[in-house]
Amino acid sequence: MNIIVLAKLVPDLVEELTIDDQGIALDPTWMRLKLNEFDDYAIEQAILMKERSGAHVTVMVPDVDGSDDVLYTAAAKGADCLVKLCGKFDQGVNNHALARAFAAVLRSRLPDLVLTGVQAHNDLDGPLGALLAGFLDLPYIGYVSGVKNEDGKVLVRKEYPGGLIAEMEVAPPVVLGIQVAEWPLSYVAFSKIRQAMKTNPIDNLQAPDLDPSGGPQVVRMSKPEIGEHATMISGNVDEVAARLLEIFQKLGVL
Amino acid sequence: MTLAPISQRLSFNDVFYNSLQELPDGERILACLQCGTCSGVCPFGYLMDFPPSKMIAFLRAGFFERVLKTDLVWMCASCYACARACPAKIPLTVGLMTRTKEELILAGNVPTELRDALENSQRYGNPLGESPRKRAVWTTGIDPPVKIMSQERQPVDVLWFVGDYASFHPRVQLVSRAFAKVLNALGVNFGILGHEENSDGDSQRLAGERGLFEVLAEKNGRAFARYSFGQIITTDPHAYNALKNEYPALGIAYPVRHYTQFLAERLGQLKPLLLRPVKARVTYHDPCFLGRANHIYAEPRQLLNAVPGVELMEMAHHSETSLCCGGGGGGMWLDGFTWEKAHVRLSEWRVREAVTSGADILAIACPYEAPRFEDAAKMVEKANRLMVRDIIELLAEAMGL
Amino acid sequence: MNQDIFVLIEHMGGQVADISYMMLAAGQAISEAAGGRVLAVLLAHQAQGLASNLAADQILYIDHPSVADYTPDAYQHALANLIHERTPRLVLFGDTSIGAEIAGQLSARLGLPLVSYCRSVRASDGVLQFVSQVCGGKIMVEGELPAPTALVTMIPGVYKPESGHSTHPPEIVSLDLQALEKSCITLKGYIEPETSDVDISKQDLLVAVGRGIQNQENIAMAQDLANVLGGVVCSSRPVVDQGWLPSTRLVGKSGRRVKPKIYLALGISGAPEHVEAITGSQTIIAVNTDPAAPIFDVAQYGAEVDVLELLPVLTAAVQNVKV
Repeated sequence: MNIIVLAKLVPDLVEELTIDDQGIALDPTWMRLKLNEFDDYAIEQAILMKERSGAHVTVMVPDVDGSDDVLYTAAAKGADCLVKLCGKFDQGVNNHALARAFAAVLRSRLPDLVLTGVQAHNDLDGPLGALLAGFLDLPYIGYVSGVKNEDGKVLVRKEYPGGLIAEMEVAPPVVLGIQVAEWPLSYVAFSKIRQAMKTNPIDNLQAPDLDPSGGPQVVRMSKPEIGEHATMISGNVDEVAARLLEIFQKLGVL
Repeated sequence: MTLAPISQRLSFNDVFYNSLQELPDGERILACLQCGTCSGVCPFGYLMDFPPSKMIAFLRAGFFERVLKTDLVWMCASCYACARACPAKIPLTVGLMTRTKEELILAGNVPTELRDALENSQRYGNPLGESPRKRAVWTTGIDPPVKIMSQERQPVDVLWFVGDYASFHPRVQLVSRAFAKVLNALGVNFGILGHEENSDGDSQRLAGERGLFEVLAEKNGRAFARYSFGQIITTDPHAYNALKNEYPALGIAYPVRHYTQFLAERLGQLKPLLLRPVKARVTYHDPCFLGRANHIYAEPRQLLNAVPGVELMEMAHHSETSLCCGGGGGGMWLDGFTWEKAHVRLSEWRVREAVTSGADILAIACPYEAPRFEDAAKMVEKANRLMVRDIIELLAEAMGL
Repeated sequence: MNQDIFVLIEHMGGQVADISYMMLAAGQAISEAAGGRVLAVLLAHQAQGLASNLAADQILYIDHPSVADYTPDAYQHALANLIHERTPRLVLFGDTSIGAEIAGQLSARLGLPLVSYCRSVRASDGVLQFVSQVCGGKIMVEGELPAPTALVTMIPGVYKPESGHSTHPPEIVSLDLQALEKSCITLKGYIEPETSDVDISKQDLLVAVGRGIQNQENIAMAQDLANVLGGVVCSSRPVVDQGWLPSTRLVGKSGRRVKPKIYLALGISGAPEHVEAITGSQTIIAVNTDPAAPIFDVAQYGAEVDVLELLPVLTAAVQNVKV
């Protein structure tokens, strides 16, 4: 089974986000990028399937600051091929542009499965996987928490709110939006990542010109105004507990 | 008829055993008497499936894979009690425990809490997951202001390597601020790296992440190389240990002092400034990485004795036999894990000893200890009056800062 | 130009999802500001009753066995045809396991603009504007919704589901479906969560734990508190992802929406996906060592102490009072 994982890097929310002078985009100066959490699960799920039934795993990311680290970490986890999609990504692209770029590159080499994170926190113009499936005219199932390869068909577990799961069967090729992998994210020793830097080559693929149409035209970007803030209870644990006790009593709990 | 040749390939067990012997003084492991002292003196030896002596036994029997299937080696806080007690002087801490943790990490067998600390160290240069840009925020409001080397662009006499918890943890930031004031009062020309400082990496190294340690060290090395200074001082025994004993092998070698050594050298200048008495019975906890690992026992006591009003007393375990607070070797990031396995905290044992000694103040010299001992004091009977203070804080109090 | 506002109705197990009512409320509000009818799009099989209390000007009801249950391709195909024929001004989808993926596919296939994470739509001088919230709730984005047709995926927060309920049954228009010749995706079945577990959405007092609980063992402390208070333990996503609590206890976008009298958020940072599911709570009390945690913006009371220290002390205090 041939699996391609598409991953993207998103602004790291640990750093404070600032808006640029034009007021319509994020200021990239101090912005740190990190792998989208759900794409991390997608990579994990692909490696899991490789360990379970010997799939071939390719990980593809757009060329931005930090993409090499993402690729080498994936290699250290077990990915077979590493691909960097080169293009004008440094200014920030929307998912329509990214999806079209991935689609152009994948069209001639469709794998059995395309895995990608079901969403990212900066998906202003919709989820990457669903857009990609649309551009490639492939079926798409999102919010996936389990994937099994059975007799040439793919059996997928799709999550609904409240813990309900639907099992859906689909013939490859198919695009899946991964919500969570079948086991927790694994840790990779840094020495393995360093080793991967020496032994695993990264293939560079040139993306066609980026076409962001379909995404919204942003008129204004701002930080939300904080409405009311909680009434803070000060003091040590004992004092907080005492005050909470009063609140419980006032609310009729005790 | 010819017999098939016996495989000459070494088993994992043998490869591992051989690798231990290649480490400095590592060949002493061959002289292990199986006396069991290490396992007896280890604070968590009673809990481990494979305390140190049993690990060696299994290594010799060729069964080391069984050790790797367990996870109790993560209870090890790299406190050096075993290494100190071993009659054959086997470097057990680094030469066995850390190496075993390295193998567990390579296998991906890492408790989640520790994983987060390691990934944070990699991404943000500190295990707490704080933004590196905020590393010097603790200096706000100190006058004269603390010099940040990238802004200062002038040589300083002393580069103060602050450390992770001292930079970000609210309790330990108090100690950092006190030390800045003490240095100012002494007229020391010092600077800090601020956001260019990365974690010293020592606890990460002892937790089994050698690769991560090297990357952090290299980053710090590049930062040091940019600036001109006479020596490095640090308020963090783990950073001291790394800078003194581990960084030189990576080509990063500078004169380095722990703050207790630095201030003890200046006792003549310091003593006249210690005007306000601190009338208290004080007992001093020897940090593992200052004491057992680096043999610095006298200077902290000299400083405490210099504070007027202080009556210095020793706990039952002190100096070489000091009881670990549990924070080293990754222990700082395995609190949930150790609690789950042990239902007891080493820091609580130590606080109990402090109470028994009759002390009012438990004096410390390591950034891990303030939060750990203060938390423990809340849980230990009769410890609610015990105060935990870094020696710096007592000096600052005596100086009226 | 057609000003109709389509709302895709999501339903499961004979129930219309709360988010669909919320979007009908959104549709009403947009229609009041900018004109246009609100048309609820219902895909189902022999389930016309689902439409009975939808607040819409009209229900476009497609009844076909291929859409008896949700599958991505059948829904996507039906909607593509419908949108192509009718060219509505807006199509509103919920940001859910159903809505988000349909909207994405349709945007690509039909070449229609798509806006996600939308909290509200405003009208100004005949121009429709969206307000979206991205980056974990930290950034607000405003822009125009291009004509003639725009797709919008919405998140809860501004419009109230109650306004999406109608007291009188709306007009139902039945439409034919040109069925997919060959459906790629086959629904094999559902796996229900263990029903022996409590239904947290019906509880009055919830003790919720987040990443700050640090490990599975510590959840017992939360359970102790829940026991003395007569409440139930639940959690945010990281706890369930680690397997420390079953998914039936998950509060959040991918879990349950809850509306207790008291919601104790312990060691929970307050990411939007979690917050949107607790806005129905009467009183939220948050405990988190990070004073900047967004949970404090939605809580009525807050404390900056360590959850693991507070739990045993609070439990003991409550027990003393009860005795």
